[in-house]
Amino acid sequence: MERYFQPEIECMPREEMIKLQNEKLVKQVRHVWDNVPYYRKKMEEKGVTPDDIKSIDDLHKLPFLSKADLREAYPYGLLGVPLKDAVRIQSTSGTTGKRVVAFYTQKDIDLWEECCARAIVAAGGTDEDVCQVSYGYGLFTGGPGLNGGSHKVGCLTIPTSSGNTDRQIMFINDLHATILCCTPSYAAYLGERMKEMGYGPNDIPLKAGIFGAEAWSEEMRQDIQNTLGIKAYDIYGLTELSGPGVSFECSAQKGMHVNEDHFIAEIIDPDTGEVLPDGTQGELVFTSLDKEAFPLLRYRTRDICTLSREKCTCGRTHVKMAKPRGRSDDMLIIRGVNVFPSQIETVLLNYGYAANYQIIVDRVNMTDTLDVQVEMTPEMFTDNIGEIEAKQKELVDGLKSMLGLKAKVTLVNPKSITRSEGKAVRVIDKRKI
Amino acid sequence: MSIKQISVFLENKPGRLDEMISLLAKKNIDIRALSLAETKDFGIARMIVDDAFETANLLRDNNLIANFTSVLAFAVPDEPGGLSKLLSVFTEAKVNIEYMYAFLGNNGGKHAYMIFRVSNTKESEKALVSRGLRPMTEEDISRI
Repeated sequence: MERYFQPEIECMPREEMIKLQNEKLVKQVRHVWDNVPYYRKKMEEKGVTPDDIKSIDDLHKLPFLSKADLREAYPYGLLGVPLKDAVRIQSTSGTTGKRVVAFYTQKDIDLWEECCARAIVAAGGTDEDVCQVSYGYGLFTGGPGLNGGSHKVGCLTIPTSSGNTDRQIMFINDLHATILCCTPSYAAYLGERMKEMGYGPNDIPLKAGIFGAEAWSEEMRQDIQNTLGIKAYDIYGLTELSGPGVSFECSAQKGMHVNEDHFIAEIIDPDTGEVLPDGTQGELVFTSLDKEAFPLLRYRTRDICTLSREKCTCGRTHVKMAKPRGRSDDMLIIRGVNVFPSQIETVLLNYGYAANYQIIVDRVNMTDTLDVQVEMTPEMFTDNIGEIEAKQKELVDGLKSMLGLKAKVTLVNPKSITRSEGKAVRVIDKRKI
Repeated sequence: MSIKQISVFLENKPGRLDEMISLLAKKNIDIRALSLAETKDFGIARMIVDDAFETANLLRDNNLIANFTSVLAFAVPDEPGGLSKLLSVFTEAKVNIEYMYAFLGNNGGKHAYMIFRVSNTKESEKALVSRGLRPMTEEDISRI
Protein backbone atom coordinates (compact mmCIF):
# COMPACT_ATOMS: atom_id res chain seq x y z
CA MET A 1 0.00 0.00 0.00
CA GLU A 2 1.62 3.25 -1.17
CA ARG A 3 1.55 6.01 1.40
CA TYR A 4 1.79 9.74 0.78
CA PHE A 5 2.61 12.72 2.96
CA GLN A 6 0.20 15.02 1.09
CA PRO A 7 -1.92 12.75 -1.14
CA GLU A 8 -4.17 15.55 -2.40
CA ILE A 9 -1.13 17.28 -3.88
CA GLU A 10 1.09 14.32 -4.75
CA CYS A 11 -1.73 12.58 -6.67
CA MET A 12 -3.43 15.73 -8.00
CA PRO A 13 -4.95 15.25 -11.46
CA ARG A 14 -2.90 16.88 -14.22
CA GLU A 15 -5.50 19.55 -15.17
CA GLU A 16 -5.74 20.74 -11.58
CA MET A 17 -1.95 20.86 -11.30
CA ILE A 18 -1.69 22.98 -14.47
CA LYS A 19 -4.31 25.33 -13.08
CA LEU A 20 -2.40 25.60 -9.80
CA GLN A 21 0.90 26.21 -11.59
CA ASN A 22 -0.69 28.89 -13.83
CA GLU A 23 -1.97 30.81 -10.83
CA LYS A 24 1.27 30.50 -8.88
CA LEU A 25 3.47 31.45 -11.84
CA VAL A 26 1.58 34.67 -12.59
CA LYS A 27 1.85 35.65 -8.94
CA GLN A 28 5.52 34.67 -8.66
CA VAL A 29 6.58 36.63 -11.77
CA ARG A 30 4.89 39.69 -10.33
CA HIS A 31 6.65 39.15 -6.98
CA VAL A 32 10.05 38.91 -8.69
CA TRP A 33 9.39 41.95 -10.92
CA ASP A 34 8.44 44.02 -7.91
CA ASN A 35 11.17 42.84 -5.53
CA VAL A 36 14.22 41.58 -7.43
CA PRO A 37 15.71 44.40 -9.55
CA TYR A 38 18.44 42.07 -10.85
CA TYR A 39 15.90 39.83 -12.59
CA ARG A 40 13.61 42.70 -13.55
CA LYS A 41 16.50 44.16 -15.52
CA LYS A 42 16.94 40.84 -17.32
CA MET A 43 13.22 40.81 -18.20
CA GLU A 44 13.39 44.38 -19.44
CA GLU A 45 16.39 43.54 -21.60
CA LYS A 46 14.33 40.75 -23.16
CA GLY A 47 11.29 43.04 -23.50
CA VAL A 48 9.10 40.95 -21.20
CA THR A 49 6.78 42.31 -18.50
CA PRO A 50 4.63 40.42 -15.98
CA ASP A 51 1.61 41.09 -18.24
CA ASP A 52 3.14 38.79 -20.87
CA ILE A 53 3.04 35.83 -18.49
CA LYS A 54 -0.52 34.55 -18.28
CA SER A 55 0.11 30.82 -17.89
CA ILE A 56 2.88 28.23 -17.89
CA ASP A 57 2.68 28.25 -21.69
CA ASP A 58 4.38 31.65 -21.52
CA LEU A 59 7.25 30.39 -19.35
CA HIS A 60 9.63 30.16 -22.32
CA LYS A 61 9.46 33.95 -22.72
CA LEU A 62 11.28 34.50 -19.43
CA PRO A 63 15.07 34.89 -19.32
CA PHE A 64 17.28 32.21 -17.78
CA LEU A 65 19.26 32.54 -14.60
CA SER A 66 22.60 30.79 -14.35
CA LYS A 67 25.11 30.08 -11.62
CA ALA A 68 27.14 32.99 -13.00
CA ASP A 69 24.17 35.30 -12.28
CA LEU A 70 24.03 34.01 -8.72
CA ARG A 71 27.71 34.74 -8.25
CA GLU A 72 27.35 38.18 -9.78
CA ALA A 73 24.38 39.00 -7.56
CA TYR A 74 26.18 37.71 -4.45
CA PRO A 75 25.37 38.28 -1.67
CA TYR A 76 22.03 40.11 -1.58
CA GLY A 77 21.25 40.81 -5.24
CA LEU A 78 18.54 38.15 -5.58
CA LEU A 79 16.96 38.48 -2.14
CA GLY A 80 13.21 38.80 -2.75
CA VAL A 81 12.00 39.98 0.66
CA PRO A 82 12.98 42.65 3.20
CA LEU A 83 15.73 41.43 5.55
CA LYS A 84 13.30 41.35 8.45
CA ASP A 85 11.33 38.56 6.74
CA ALA A 86 14.34 36.38 5.85
CA VAL A 87 15.23 33.95 8.64
CA ARG A 88 18.04 31.76 7.31
CA ILE A 89 20.68 31.24 4.67
CA GLN A 90 22.14 28.01 3.31
CA SER A 91 25.11 27.87 1.02
CA THR A 92 26.64 25.62 -1.61
CA SER A 93 29.92 23.86 -0.98
CA GLY A 94 31.71 26.27 -3.29
CA THR A 95 33.82 23.51 -4.82
CA THR A 96 33.33 24.90 -8.31
CA GLY A 97 34.04 28.50 -7.47
CA LYS A 98 32.61 31.26 -5.33
CA ARG A 99 29.94 30.20 -2.88
CA VAL A 100 26.29 30.77 -3.64
CA VAL A 101 24.09 31.95 -0.79
CA ALA A 102 20.34 31.24 -0.77
CA PHE A 103 17.78 32.86 1.55
CA TYR A 104 14.67 31.50 3.26
CA THR A 105 11.62 32.92 4.96
CA GLN A 106 9.96 30.73 7.59
CA LYS A 107 7.38 29.73 4.97
CA ASP A 108 10.17 28.76 2.54
CA ILE A 109 11.66 26.50 5.20
CA ASP A 110 8.30 24.91 5.98
CA LEU A 111 7.61 24.12 2.32
CA TRP A 112 11.12 22.77 1.84
CA GLU A 113 10.77 20.50 4.85
CA GLU A 114 7.42 19.29 3.54
CA CYS A 115 9.14 18.29 0.30
CA CYS A 116 11.67 16.27 2.32
CA ALA A 117 8.82 14.74 4.33
CA ARG A 118 7.21 13.58 1.07
CA ALA A 119 10.49 11.84 0.19
CA ILE A 120 10.70 10.12 3.58
CA VAL A 121 7.11 8.87 3.38
CA ALA A 122 7.69 7.69 -0.20
CA ALA A 123 10.61 5.64 1.15
CA GLY A 124 8.20 3.99 3.59
CA GLY A 125 8.77 6.31 6.57
CA THR A 126 6.12 6.81 9.26
CA ASP A 127 6.03 8.36 12.73
CA GLU A 128 7.11 4.94 14.06
CA ASP A 129 10.48 5.19 12.32
CA VAL A 130 13.86 6.20 13.67
CA CYS A 131 15.57 8.37 11.08
CA GLN A 132 19.34 8.98 11.25
CA VAL A 133 20.42 12.08 9.35
CA SER A 134 24.09 11.65 8.48
CA TYR A 135 24.22 14.47 5.97
CA GLY A 136 26.30 17.41 7.10
CA TYR A 137 24.47 20.05 9.14
CA GLY A 138 25.30 23.69 8.82
CA LEU A 139 25.54 25.64 5.59
CA PHE A 140 25.02 22.46 3.54
CA THR A 141 21.32 21.84 2.91
CA GLY A 142 21.43 18.05 3.31
CA GLY A 143 21.31 17.90 7.11
CA PRO A 144 18.83 20.71 7.82
CA GLY A 145 16.47 19.63 4.99
CA LEU A 146 16.12 15.97 5.93
CA ASN A 147 16.15 16.86 9.62
CA GLY A 148 13.11 19.10 9.08
CA GLY A 149 11.41 16.53 6.86
CA SER A 150 11.96 13.82 9.46
CA HIS A 151 10.34 16.04 12.12
CA LYS A 152 7.36 16.74 9.88
CA VAL A 153 6.80 13.00 9.35
CA GLY A 154 7.14 12.49 13.09
CA CYS A 155 10.12 10.14 12.95
CA LEU A 156 12.43 10.01 15.93
CA THR A 157 15.30 11.99 14.43
CA ILE A 158 18.99 11.28 15.15
CA PRO A 159 20.94 14.35 14.02
CA THR A 160 24.38 12.72 13.83
CA SER A 161 25.52 14.93 10.96
CA SER A 162 28.43 13.52 8.96
CA GLY A 163 31.63 12.02 10.28
CA ASN A 164 32.70 9.81 13.19
CA THR A 165 31.74 6.61 11.42
CA ASP A 166 31.96 4.31 14.42
CA ARG A 167 29.58 6.54 16.36
CA GLN A 168 27.19 6.52 13.39
CA ILE A 169 27.19 2.73 13.47
CA MET A 170 26.71 2.65 17.23
CA PHE A 171 23.59 4.84 16.96
CA ILE A 172 22.17 2.83 14.07
CA ASN A 173 22.46 -0.34 16.17
CA ASP A 174 21.68 0.97 19.66
CA LEU A 175 18.68 3.09 18.69
CA HIS A 176 17.50 0.73 15.93
CA ALA A 177 17.58 3.35 13.21
CA THR A 178 15.34 2.28 10.34
CA ILE A 179 16.00 5.10 7.86
CA LEU A 180 19.39 6.51 6.92
CA CYS A 181 19.88 9.83 5.09
CA CYS A 182 23.33 10.65 3.69
CA THR A 183 25.32 10.83 0.47
CA PRO A 184 25.49 7.54 -1.46
CA SER A 185 29.28 7.41 -1.14
CA TYR A 186 29.01 7.70 2.63
CA ALA A 187 26.30 5.02 2.69
CA ALA A 188 28.66 2.73 0.77
CA TYR A 189 31.42 3.50 3.26
CA LEU A 190 29.17 2.81 6.26
CA GLY A 191 28.20 -0.47 4.60
CA GLU A 192 31.83 -1.42 4.03
CA ARG A 193 32.74 -0.60 7.64
CA MET A 194 29.79 -2.56 9.04
CA LYS A 195 30.64 -5.55 6.88
CA GLU A 196 34.20 -5.46 8.27
CA MET A 197 32.78 -5.36 11.77
CA GLY A 198 30.92 -8.55 10.95
CA TYR A 199 27.39 -7.24 10.36
CA GLY A 200 25.42 -9.02 7.66
CA PRO A 201 22.51 -7.26 5.91
CA ASN A 202 20.04 -8.97 8.26
CA ASP A 203 21.82 -7.78 11.40
CA ILE A 204 21.41 -4.10 10.46
CA PRO A 205 18.11 -2.54 11.62
CA LEU A 206 17.95 -0.11 8.68
CA LYS A 207 15.20 -0.71 6.12
CA ALA A 208 15.50 2.30 3.83
CA GLY A 209 18.00 4.94 2.83
CA ILE A 210 17.51 8.34 1.21
CA PHE A 211 20.67 9.19 -0.63
CA GLY A 212 21.49 12.23 -2.73
CA ALA A 213 23.69 15.30 -3.26
CA GLU A 214 25.94 13.51 -5.75
CA ALA A 215 25.54 11.43 -8.88
CA TRP A 216 25.47 7.67 -8.32
CA SER A 217 24.87 4.72 -10.56
CA GLU A 218 22.19 2.03 -10.54
CA GLU A 219 24.93 -0.52 -9.84
CA MET A 220 26.01 1.41 -6.76
CA ARG A 221 22.37 1.34 -5.60
CA GLN A 222 22.30 -2.45 -5.86
CA ASP A 223 25.56 -2.67 -3.98
CA ILE A 224 24.37 -0.47 -1.10
CA GLN A 225 21.02 -2.28 -0.95
CA ASN A 226 22.75 -5.65 -0.66
CA THR A 227 25.34 -4.62 1.93
CA LEU A 228 22.96 -2.75 4.23
CA GLY A 229 19.88 -4.87 3.53
CA ILE A 230 17.76 -1.83 2.65
CA LYS A 231 15.90 -0.17 -0.19
CA ALA A 232 17.94 2.81 -1.35
CA TYR A 233 16.03 5.84 -2.67
CA ASP A 234 17.42 8.75 -4.63
CA ILE A 235 16.64 12.34 -3.70
CA TYR A 236 17.52 15.41 -5.71
CA GLY A 237 17.78 19.09 -5.04
CA LEU A 238 19.84 22.23 -5.22
CA THR A 239 20.57 24.83 -2.59
CA GLU A 240 19.55 27.47 -5.13
CA LEU A 241 15.98 26.08 -5.17
CA SER A 242 15.75 25.06 -1.48
CA GLY A 243 17.85 21.91 -1.05
CA PRO A 244 17.08 18.19 -1.18
CA GLY A 245 13.48 17.36 -2.00
CA VAL A 246 13.05 19.22 -5.27
CA SER A 247 12.39 15.69 -6.50
CA PHE A 248 12.47 12.25 -4.91
CA GLU A 249 12.06 8.59 -5.71
CA CYS A 250 8.97 6.52 -4.93
CA SER A 251 8.52 2.76 -4.45
CA ALA A 252 9.00 2.26 -8.21
CA GLN A 253 12.66 3.35 -7.79
CA LYS A 254 12.61 4.49 -11.37
CA GLY A 255 13.04 8.22 -11.69
CA MET A 256 12.29 11.02 -9.24
CA HIS A 257 8.95 12.85 -8.95
CA VAL A 258 9.41 16.61 -9.14
CA ASN A 259 7.35 18.46 -6.53
CA GLU A 260 5.43 20.26 -9.25
CA ASP A 261 3.27 22.30 -6.93
CA HIS A 262 6.48 24.16 -5.99
CA PHE A 263 8.73 23.76 -9.03
CA ILE A 264 8.20 23.73 -12.78
CA ALA A 265 10.74 21.56 -14.58
CA GLU A 266 11.83 22.13 -18.18
CA ILE A 267 14.45 20.44 -20.34
CA ILE A 268 16.33 22.72 -22.70
CA ASP A 269 19.00 22.39 -25.33
CA PRO A 270 22.05 23.62 -23.37
CA ASP A 271 23.49 25.31 -26.47
CA THR A 272 20.44 27.09 -27.90
CA GLY A 273 18.24 27.42 -24.81
CA GLU A 274 15.32 25.99 -26.77
CA VAL A 275 12.76 23.96 -24.76
CA LEU A 276 12.84 20.26 -25.66
CA PRO A 277 9.92 17.80 -25.56
CA ASP A 278 9.54 15.27 -22.71
CA GLY A 279 11.80 12.26 -23.13
CA THR A 280 14.59 14.22 -24.81
CA GLN A 281 17.88 14.53 -23.00
CA GLY A 282 18.95 18.06 -22.17
CA GLU A 283 19.70 20.50 -19.37
CA LEU A 284 17.25 20.66 -16.51
CA VAL A 285 15.79 24.10 -15.74
CA PHE A 286 13.63 24.92 -12.71
CA THR A 287 11.24 27.74 -11.88
CA SER A 288 10.39 28.00 -8.22
CA LEU A 289 6.74 28.89 -7.71
CA ASP A 290 6.56 29.47 -3.97
CA LYS A 291 9.94 30.66 -2.82
CA GLU A 292 9.64 34.09 -1.26
CA ALA A 293 13.17 34.96 -0.17
CA PHE A 294 15.07 33.47 -3.12
CA PRO A 295 12.57 33.28 -5.97
CA LEU A 296 14.53 31.92 -8.94
CA LEU A 297 12.83 31.80 -12.34
CA ARG A 298 14.15 29.49 -15.05
CA TYR A 299 17.30 28.54 -13.19
CA ARG A 300 19.71 26.44 -15.26
CA THR A 301 20.88 23.51 -13.13
CA ARG A 302 23.58 22.25 -15.54
CA ASP A 303 22.23 18.76 -14.78
CA ILE A 304 21.73 16.63 -17.86
CA CYS A 305 18.68 14.35 -17.78
CA THR A 306 15.24 13.59 -19.22
CA LEU A 307 11.65 14.12 -18.01
CA SER A 308 8.89 11.54 -18.24
CA ARG A 309 5.13 11.89 -17.88
CA GLU A 310 4.45 8.17 -18.07
CA LYS A 311 1.95 6.99 -15.47
CA CYS A 312 3.78 5.84 -12.34
CA THR A 313 2.83 2.67 -10.45
CA CYS A 314 3.01 4.57 -7.14
CA GLY A 315 -0.03 6.73 -7.99
CA ARG A 316 1.80 10.06 -7.90
CA THR A 317 1.00 12.28 -10.85
CA HIS A 318 4.02 14.57 -10.71
CA VAL A 319 6.44 14.47 -13.62
CA LYS A 320 9.49 12.24 -13.15
CA MET A 321 13.09 13.15 -13.92
CA ALA A 322 15.69 10.51 -14.66
CA LYS A 323 18.79 10.25 -12.50
CA PRO A 324 21.05 13.00 -13.86
CA ARG A 325 24.15 11.55 -15.44
CA GLY A 326 26.03 14.16 -13.49
CA ARG A 327 26.22 17.92 -13.38
CA SER A 328 27.63 19.35 -16.53
CA ASP A 329 30.47 20.58 -14.27
CA ASP A 330 31.22 16.95 -13.32
CA MET A 331 31.51 16.09 -16.96
CA LEU A 332 35.08 15.71 -18.13
CA ILE A 333 36.11 16.28 -21.68
CA ILE A 334 39.00 13.91 -22.33
CA ARG A 335 40.52 13.83 -25.78
CA GLY A 336 37.30 15.44 -26.98
CA VAL A 337 35.08 12.72 -25.47
CA ASN A 338 32.47 13.53 -22.81
CA VAL A 339 33.04 11.38 -19.75
CA PHE A 340 30.90 11.26 -16.62
CA PRO A 341 32.44 9.73 -13.49
CA SER A 342 29.20 7.78 -13.03
CA GLN A 343 29.91 5.87 -16.27
CA ILE A 344 33.26 4.75 -14.91
CA GLU A 345 31.60 3.70 -11.66
CA THR A 346 29.11 1.56 -13.59
CA VAL A 347 31.92 -0.34 -15.30
CA LEU A 348 33.85 -0.89 -12.07
CA LEU A 349 30.86 -2.31 -10.24
CA ASN A 350 29.97 -4.49 -13.23
CA TYR A 351 33.42 -6.06 -13.06
CA GLY A 352 33.17 -6.77 -9.33
CA TYR A 353 35.21 -3.89 -7.97
CA ALA A 354 34.06 -1.69 -5.10
CA ALA A 355 32.90 1.87 -5.70
CA ASN A 356 36.14 3.18 -4.25
CA TYR A 357 37.92 4.81 -7.11
CA GLN A 358 39.58 7.98 -8.20
CA ILE A 359 39.90 9.35 -11.68
CA ILE A 360 43.09 11.20 -12.49
CA VAL A 361 43.15 13.25 -15.65
CA ASP A 362 46.38 14.77 -16.86
CA ARG A 363 47.91 16.07 -20.04
CA VAL A 364 51.18 14.51 -21.20
CA ASN A 365 52.78 15.62 -24.47
CA MET A 366 49.64 17.51 -25.48
CA THR A 367 47.47 14.40 -25.03
CA ASP A 368 44.94 13.88 -22.26
CA THR A 369 45.49 10.84 -20.09
CA LEU A 370 42.85 9.09 -18.03
CA ASP A 371 44.02 7.00 -15.10
CA VAL A 372 41.39 5.12 -13.14
CA GLN A 373 42.70 4.10 -9.74
CA VAL A 374 40.88 1.16 -8.22
CA GLU A 375 41.48 -0.63 -4.97
CA MET A 376 42.64 -4.22 -5.19
CA THR A 377 40.37 -6.57 -3.23
CA PRO A 378 41.28 -9.85 -1.50
CA GLU A 379 38.79 -11.61 -3.80
CA MET A 380 40.58 -10.29 -6.89
CA PHE A 381 44.10 -10.99 -5.73
CA THR A 382 45.97 -14.07 -6.83
CA ASP A 383 49.65 -15.02 -6.84
CA ASN A 384 49.44 -15.31 -10.62
CA ILE A 385 50.49 -12.10 -12.40
CA GLY A 386 48.94 -13.25 -15.67
CA GLU A 387 45.51 -13.57 -14.06
CA ILE A 388 45.68 -10.13 -12.47
CA GLU A 389 46.81 -8.59 -15.73
CA ALA A 390 43.99 -10.34 -17.56
CA LYS A 391 41.49 -8.82 -15.11
CA GLN A 392 43.11 -5.43 -15.53
CA LYS A 393 42.78 -5.74 -19.27
CA GLU A 394 39.14 -6.79 -18.95
CA LEU A 395 38.52 -3.56 -17.08
CA VAL A 396 40.41 -1.48 -19.63
CA ASP A 397 38.28 -3.06 -22.38
CA GLY A 398 35.09 -2.50 -20.39
CA LEU A 399 35.95 1.18 -19.94
CA LYS A 400 36.84 1.46 -23.59
CA SER A 401 33.48 0.13 -24.73
CA MET A 402 31.58 2.35 -22.24
CA LEU A 403 33.54 5.57 -22.84
CA GLY A 404 34.99 5.05 -26.30
CA LEU A 405 38.30 6.00 -24.78
CA LYS A 406 41.38 4.10 -23.65
CA ALA A 407 41.97 4.46 -19.94
CA LYS A 408 44.81 3.23 -17.82
CA VAL A 409 43.79 1.14 -14.82
CA THR A 410 46.00 1.32 -11.76
CA LEU A 411 45.45 -1.13 -8.92
CA VAL A 412 46.14 0.42 -5.55
CA ASN A 413 46.20 -0.85 -1.97
CA PRO A 414 42.92 -1.39 -0.11
CA LYS A 415 41.78 1.66 1.89
CA SER A 416 44.29 3.88 0.12
CA ILE A 417 41.58 5.96 -1.54
CA THR A 418 40.24 8.41 1.01
CA ARG A 419 36.70 7.66 2.14
CA SER A 420 34.41 10.64 2.07
CA GLU A 421 31.90 11.62 4.70
CA GLY A 422 30.15 14.03 2.39
CA LYS A 423 30.52 14.39 -1.34
CA ALA A 424 33.23 12.04 -2.62
CA VAL A 425 36.20 13.49 -4.46
CA ARG A 426 36.18 11.30 -7.54
CA VAL A 427 38.12 13.38 -9.99
CA ILE A 428 41.55 14.95 -9.86
CA ASP A 429 42.13 16.99 -12.98
CA LYS A 430 45.79 17.95 -13.21
CA ARG A 431 45.55 19.48 -16.67
CA LYS A 432 46.64 23.06 -16.95
CA ILE A 433 44.57 24.49 -19.74
CA MET B 1 55.07 -31.77 1.42
CA SER B 2 54.40 -28.39 -0.07
CA ILE B 3 55.07 -25.36 2.08
CA LYS B 4 53.19 -22.09 2.49
CA GLN B 5 54.45 -19.07 0.70
CA ILE B 6 52.89 -15.66 1.41
CA SER B 7 52.09 -13.55 -1.64
CA VAL B 8 51.49 -9.85 -1.03
CA PHE B 9 50.02 -7.28 -3.41
CA LEU B 10 52.20 -4.17 -3.68
CA GLU B 11 51.03 -1.08 -5.49
CA ASN B 12 53.60 0.60 -7.65
CA LYS B 13 54.66 3.53 -5.44
CA PRO B 14 57.96 4.37 -3.75
CA GLY B 15 58.12 3.10 -0.18
CA ARG B 16 55.52 0.33 -0.41
CA LEU B 17 57.98 -2.56 -0.02
CA ASP B 18 59.73 -0.79 2.84
CA GLU B 19 56.38 -0.23 4.56
CA MET B 20 55.49 -3.91 4.35
CA ILE B 21 58.90 -5.21 5.40
CA SER B 22 59.10 -2.83 8.37
CA LEU B 23 55.78 -4.22 9.64
CA LEU B 24 57.38 -7.67 9.72
CA ALA B 25 60.50 -6.30 11.39
CA LYS B 26 58.48 -4.72 14.17
CA LYS B 27 56.81 -8.06 14.90
CA ASN B 28 60.12 -9.96 14.79
CA ILE B 29 59.09 -12.04 11.84
CA ASP B 30 62.00 -13.75 10.12
CA ILE B 31 61.95 -13.72 6.33
CA ARG B 32 63.68 -16.88 5.11
CA ALA B 33 63.34 -16.21 1.39
CA LEU B 34 61.97 -13.32 -0.64
CA SER B 35 61.32 -12.73 -4.30
CA LEU B 36 59.71 -9.78 -6.02
CA ALA B 37 57.69 -10.10 -9.19
CA GLU B 38 56.94 -6.85 -10.89
CA THR B 39 54.88 -5.57 -13.78
CA LYS B 40 54.84 -1.96 -14.86
CA ASP B 41 51.74 -1.32 -12.75
CA PHE B 42 52.07 -3.40 -9.60
CA GLY B 43 54.20 -5.98 -7.86
CA ILE B 44 53.82 -9.17 -5.88
CA ALA B 45 56.19 -9.95 -3.02
CA ARG B 46 56.60 -13.68 -2.43
CA MET B 47 58.03 -14.76 0.89
CA ILE B 48 58.80 -17.76 3.00
CA VAL B 49 58.59 -16.69 6.65
CA ASP B 50 58.90 -18.42 9.99
CA ASP B 51 55.20 -17.97 10.85
CA ALA B 52 52.98 -17.74 7.77
CA PHE B 53 49.66 -17.33 9.62
CA GLU B 54 50.88 -14.62 11.95
CA THR B 55 52.38 -12.78 8.97
CA ALA B 56 49.17 -12.98 6.96
CA ASN B 57 47.09 -11.67 9.85
CA LEU B 58 49.53 -8.86 10.50
CA LEU B 59 49.50 -7.76 6.87
CA ARG B 60 45.73 -7.95 6.56
CA ASP B 61 45.26 -5.94 9.74
CA ASN B 62 47.34 -3.26 8.08
CA ASN B 63 45.18 -3.11 4.96
CA LEU B 64 47.48 -5.13 2.77
CA ILE B 65 46.32 -8.01 0.63
CA ALA B 66 48.11 -11.29 1.34
CA ASN B 67 47.31 -14.86 0.49
CA PHE B 68 48.93 -18.28 0.73
CA THR B 69 50.37 -20.15 -2.19
CA SER B 70 51.63 -23.74 -2.02
CA VAL B 71 55.20 -24.09 -3.24
CA LEU B 72 57.73 -26.90 -3.27
CA ALA B 73 61.19 -26.46 -1.71
CA PHE B 74 64.24 -28.61 -2.39
CA ALA B 75 67.78 -28.62 -1.08
CA VAL B 76 70.47 -29.12 -3.72
CA PRO B 77 74.22 -29.48 -3.23
CA ASP B 78 75.87 -26.06 -3.56
CA GLU B 79 78.15 -27.10 -6.40
CA PRO B 80 78.22 -26.87 -10.22
CA GLY B 81 75.49 -29.01 -11.71
CA GLY B 82 73.47 -29.21 -8.48
CA LEU B 83 70.40 -27.46 -9.84
CA SER B 84 70.73 -29.12 -13.21
CA LYS B 85 70.38 -32.59 -11.67
CA LEU B 86 67.25 -31.53 -9.85
CA LEU B 87 65.70 -29.97 -12.94
CA SER B 88 66.32 -33.02 -15.07
CA VAL B 89 64.04 -34.94 -12.69
CA PHE B 90 61.39 -32.22 -13.16
CA THR B 91 61.65 -32.67 -16.92
CA GLU B 92 61.42 -36.42 -16.65
CA ALA B 93 58.32 -36.07 -14.43
CA LYS B 94 56.85 -33.53 -16.90
CA VAL B 95 56.46 -30.94 -14.14
CA ASN B 96 55.83 -27.41 -15.36
CA ILE B 97 57.53 -24.61 -13.41
CA GLU B 98 55.66 -21.30 -13.19
CA TYR B 99 58.39 -19.50 -11.30
CA MET B 100 61.24 -20.22 -8.93
CA TYR B 101 63.70 -18.49 -6.66
CA ALA B 102 66.62 -19.56 -4.53
CA PHE B 103 68.12 -18.84 -1.15
CA LEU B 104 71.24 -19.98 0.71
CA GLY B 105 70.82 -20.53 4.53
CA ASN B 106 73.38 -20.76 7.29
CA ASN B 107 74.75 -24.21 6.56
CA GLY B 108 78.34 -23.53 5.72
CA GLY B 109 77.71 -23.54 1.99
CA LYS B 110 76.81 -27.22 1.67
CA HIS B 111 73.35 -26.67 0.24
CA ALA B 112 71.34 -24.17 -1.71
CA TYR B 113 67.56 -24.10 -1.45
CA MET B 114 65.17 -23.79 -4.35
CA ILE B 115 61.54 -22.71 -4.11
CA PHE B 116 59.30 -23.77 -6.99
CA ARG B 117 55.79 -22.79 -7.91
CA VAL B 118 54.58 -25.57 -10.23
CA SER B 119 51.36 -26.29 -12.09
CA ASN B 120 49.13 -28.88 -10.37
CA THR B 121 51.12 -28.87 -7.14
CA LYS B 122 49.76 -32.15 -5.71
CA GLU B 123 50.24 -34.28 -8.82
CA SER B 124 53.60 -32.75 -9.58
CA GLU B 125 54.73 -33.46 -6.06
CA LYS B 126 53.67 -37.10 -6.39
CA ALA B 127 55.55 -37.48 -9.67
CA LEU B 128 58.71 -36.01 -8.15
CA VAL B 129 58.52 -38.10 -4.97
CA SER B 130 58.08 -41.30 -7.01
CA ARG B 131 61.39 -40.41 -8.69
CA GLY B 132 63.16 -40.21 -5.37
CA LEU B 133 63.05 -36.48 -4.60
CA ARG B 134 62.06 -35.33 -1.15
CA PRO B 135 60.46 -31.86 -0.90
CA MET B 136 61.35 -30.00 2.28
CA THR B 137 58.76 -29.55 5.02
CA GLU B 138 58.14 -26.34 6.94
CA GLU B 139 60.06 -27.91 9.80
CA ASP B 140 63.06 -28.54 7.55
CA ILE B 141 63.01 -24.90 6.53
CA SER B 142 62.85 -23.68 10.10
CA ARG B 143 65.94 -25.71 10.95
CA ILE B 144 68.08 -24.12 8.25
